[in-house]
Amino acid sequence: MAGCTAIALKYVRYRFHTGRESRAIFSIRSLLSWALVCLLAACSPGESNVDRGNREGILHYGNGTEPQGLDPHVVTGVPEHHIIVALFEGLATKNPYTLEPEPGVAQRWEISEDGRVYTFYLNPQARWSNGDPVLASDVVWSWQRALSPVMGNQYAYMLFPVLNAEAYATGKLEDFGEVGIEEIDERTLRVTLNAPTPYFLQLLDHYSTFPVHRATIEKYGSATDRFTPWTRVENIVGNGPFVLTEWKLNRRLRVEKSPTYWDRDRVRLNGVVYYPTENATSEERMFRANQLHVTQTIPLGKIPVYREMPDSPFVNAPYLGSYFYRLNTTVAPLDDARVRRALALAIDREKLNATVMHNVNVPAYSITPPDTLGYFPPKLLGYDVDQAQRLLAEAGYPDGAGWPGLELLYNTNEDHRKVAVALQQMWKTALNIDITLTNQEWKVYLDSVSQMNYQMARAGWIGDYVDANSFLDMFVCGGGNNHTGYCDPAYDELILRRAPQANSRQERYALFFEAESMLMEQVPLIPLYTYTSKKLVHPSVRGLPSNLMDALNLKYVWLEPEAEAPE
Amino acid sequence: MNEQAITDPSQAPPGSSLWQDAWLRLKRNRLAVFGLCVLAAFVVIALLTPWIAPYDYTEQNLELGASPPSAEHWLGTDIFGRDLLTQIMYGGRISLAVGFVATAVALLIGVTWGAVAGYVGGRVDAVMMRVVDILYALPFIIFIVLLMVVFGRNIILLFLAIGAVEWLTMARIMRGQVQTLRQQEFVEAAISIGLSPATIIRRHLIPNALGPIIVYTTLTIPSVMLLEAFLSFLGLGIQPPQTSWGLLISYGAESMEEYPWLLIFPGLALTLTLFSLNFLGDGLRDALDVRGAGD
Amino acid sequence: MMWRFIGYRLLQAVPVILAVITVTFFLVRVAPGGPFDGEKAVIPEVKAALEAQYRLDQPIFAQYTAYLADLASGDLGPSFKYPGRSVNELIAAGLPVTAELGLYALLVAVVIGGLAGVVASLRPNTAQDYIPMSAAMIGICMPSFLLGPLLLLLFGIHLEWLPVSGWGDIPGDKILPAVTLGSTYAAYIARLSRAGMLEVMSQDYIRTARAKGLPEWRVVTGHALRGGLIPVVAFLGPAFAGLLAGSFVVETIFQVPGLGRFYVQAAFNRDYTMILGTTVFLSTLIVVFNLLSDILAAWMNPRLRQQFGGS
Repeated sequence: MAGCTAIALKYVRYRFHTGRESRAIFSIRSLLSWALVCLLAACSPGESNVDRGNREGILHYGNGTEPQGLDPHVVTGVPEHHIIVALFEGLATKNPYTLEPEPGVAQRWEISEDGRVYTFYLNPQARWSNGDPVLASDVVWSWQRALSPVMGNQYAYMLFPVLNAEAYATGKLEDFGEVGIEEIDERTLRVTLNAPTPYFLQLLDHYSTFPVHRATIEKYGSATDRFTPWTRVENIVGNGPFVLTEWKLNRRLRVEKSPTYWDRDRVRLNGVVYYPTENATSEERMFRANQLHVTQTIPLGKIPVYREMPDSPFVNAPYLGSYFYRLNTTVAPLDDARVRRALALAIDREKLNATVMHNVNVPAYSITPPDTLGYFPPKLLGYDVDQAQRLLAEAGYPDGAGWPGLELLYNTNEDHRKVAVALQQMWKTALNIDITLTNQEWKVYLDSVSQMNYQMARAGWIGDYVDANSFLDMFVCGGGNNHTGYCDPAYDELILRRAPQANSRQERYALFFEAESMLMEQVPLIPLYTYTSKKLVHPSVRGLPSNLMDALNLKYVWLEPEAEAPE
Repeated sequence: MNEQAITDPSQAPPGSSLWQDAWLRLKRNRLAVFGLCVLAAFVVIALLTPWIAPYDYTEQNLELGASPPSAEHWLGTDIFGRDLLTQIMYGGRISLAVGFVATAVALLIGVTWGAVAGYVGGRVDAVMMRVVDILYALPFIIFIVLLMVVFGRNIILLFLAIGAVEWLTMARIMRGQVQTLRQQEFVEAAISIGLSPATIIRRHLIPNALGPIIVYTTLTIPSVMLLEAFLSFLGLGIQPPQTSWGLLISYGAESMEEYPWLLIFPGLALTLTLFSLNFLGDGLRDALDVRGAGD
Repeated sequence: MMWRFIGYRLLQAVPVILAVITVTFFLVRVAPGGPFDGEKAVIPEVKAALEAQYRLDQPIFAQYTAYLADLASGDLGPSFKYPGRSVNELIAAGLPVTAELGLYALLVAVVIGGLAGVVASLRPNTAQDYIPMSAAMIGICMPSFLLGPLLLLLFGIHLEWLPVSGWGDIPGDKILPAVTLGSTYAAYIARLSRAGMLEVMSQDYIRTARAKGLPEWRVVTGHALRGGLIPVVAFLGPAFAGLLAGSFVVETIFQVPGLGRFYVQAAFNRDYTMILGTTVFLSTLIVVFNLLSDILAAWMNPRLRQQFGGS
């Protein structure tokens, strides 16, 4: 190293021998001393984030991406959810173990006999972080903001079960007074729904239904302005268990325990630091270097390694999402249901999952994930090569003869590629047909799918709430997320009219089962697997159970410093 | 100085003797010959791949998965249980084709553009180099996505897209060289005897600027091969199950800790090609550097 | 005279940047997929409201002129992806980081690459030539998405000498990103400087210098270096542009909060204003750096310098 430096200095001096050497050497020297200082500093043993976090009660959380923002009525993503539930709180929250509703801003609630009217009694202790009480009028004002047609809230539909909410949000109704939310007194609210909606309380844990602080928002702009700085560290006022203390773009976001939160005695963490970790491989390395307590995900290839560890930090749990291929039923050869069925039957999902997916997902045979709050979907599309060959022959392509070719579209992603390449070969082997693969960049892919400019396309769907309806209403005629050309009035009748009017859970689930059987009979989609959450969790982290919604409730989380990571 | 100009062989009409001399000098350079042989071997293997590959490149064995080198699979298998040697052989076809063709495109445009700009100078130079600046500054990803959508996916487009990006630096280097050379006596002499600019550029400037250009070309081929991997990854160009060295390396890099052979062998193939190109490039530069030959 | 040259070139830069803005403006709008498209379809009324908030409901030419007007007053507009943030703010957050990273990387590249190239050129076709040049070759075929993780696994995970991520948070976390980003360019510079030196060393003014009996090191430093490094200097402008664009990969690997990450994400997100803003900014930088590299090359080339001095 020293020799190298000497040579470097010599050459620099030679190069600038015409009276410029002093400056050149100065800069080179400062560069070298800079490097040396950094090296020395790096070699001194530093305390890792995890160790320091355990000592201070601060959770270091890999959060996927930089949040778009923190305005609950503007943002659309999951990373934003993880932060907003720390800073704000809805009328009800979720128990992370059971997903049952728990008191939030509302201390308790009453549901009318017909299931259409909810009365919420607000907690007198509920406060904003500036000390103001959280009142019924705050909630009414916030819901009006969330539904406002000029706001452009992409999750406004979360409130559509509320009477007239949809009409107001789409501009068909001018008067918010006709929407089914009403302030009875300072701390009592009455919400009227269109129909009994068994999952309504779940929606109150979604950020688009959260109350926001009116005075703060109006201080920095109009109620529906998306561009105001009210969510900045120095301005933001929330009502959640934590308050925002630092927000450095693409670097980290820090929250600390709120002194005004009504349930502060149960909050055990002193704070959370969120890191934008959009690259799963980098995130895994940060975890290995003890810079994170929790990761969002784990690269597929690393799973076998982590599985074999004693006291493995790898956590794998069912998740309310389905991975499937959409089939465009309006173009040949997929306009023939026999071809669609043949494709679905020729896939060995067990083998796919056991090999390229490292047994990390659950093979799926229908669109709704099994055991969605006690609902079990029909299983109609098992692996059956003989039947697949027969169907294909009936459709006019015996042993692939005369097959016109088929293009499978997926968005650019390593895991999607793996699935597609494996399936391409399965179809070739079972049916002797050629499938070409095409990957497109995300937005191009979205454009192709929504224009139905594809034949077969990879798709994923995450339920907005734990109920089969969140999956099944995707395929009604002309549904905004249908994109398959599937349209069956009998199906719509079941989903849109009969299921919402059902009197009991059994009756409702029976109707769902009937509808889903009809759907899978027609195969406008090929289900492949049910998602799972896959993450790394340091052993010192407690009270962070996996659940179907991957719902985060930071009140339950604490750190147990004694527990050491396995080396 | 005038004597120097006259004895400069590049002044003489480009007879066959110049290239024969260069060839003789190249043959004496053992490393360059080695590079040439390796490249030739790779090209021959690439041409014969469909007949000599040990396996079908689409044939999967999911149960086997990624396995290290063995008697059946000399270089191991990838996560789909496909033979890696076969993958590398087929990948080489694409990579070599992209590397040579796209670089040739870039070379043709870049050298011409840079030479004209550097020789003519003045306003023409300013306009031509501003065009280069504009292209440099355009958002590459948007450009690629747009190309893909407008023209559809095919391998010709891949060549063009890569060539269109790579010629810019070539043009800048060529222009810098030509500007320097233009000041030299032999060029001034050529102008004074009334040779046309095209002739001067072709006969005097380009041959004399060949050194850095050849070096940069040998650098461009590998970066083109890697760019191809990036573009294929974005969805432009080749689609699975087709593959290329760049793609194999980027897949291998993802699992370098679990399945190192998936990175090492494609990496070796690429590295060997690059070393060969490098030796050949150096050899060519030395062989064509006529002035240095007298020393 | 030099100043007139610089002023002239700066004047030329204006139409270049305007052309870049125009092409980019229409390019991003023609590209398929809009800023508000997601896995879940947006209700048409909501989408219309969003487009109105971002002026996307106006005719495209009106949008263009409005953008230029804003730009003239220094306002790059609001970001689509990060509501509540202006593009000015996002660039201000990312640029210092990327510039610092690029500067360190360029230093790494010039110092290591220039040294290796010059050393190799002094004794061509000996071990002193082959060893640094082979190292340079490996550097070239080692893309940063490969070199970065390798360095990181070695120094970050196994040896635990250096942090695996961050920028300015933990001492020493800037070393690995700078080295990774710089090494590819070090390899290029080594190759270019060796070729340039060999070219120069065979020229007659070097022979003259030798004939005058100067010691070899005086010949190299006094006469050869200046001419031999011209190709390197010509390469620096594009190299810096490449560093800024290529820093995306390094920034992702090491979680560096730089402009490269913002830029590429903006392109993927169709964040129109952010793409435009960053492009305007980067193109300005590129023009400036190309200008600097031209001035430097002119200064190092005695004949061109004479021209500046004399005209």
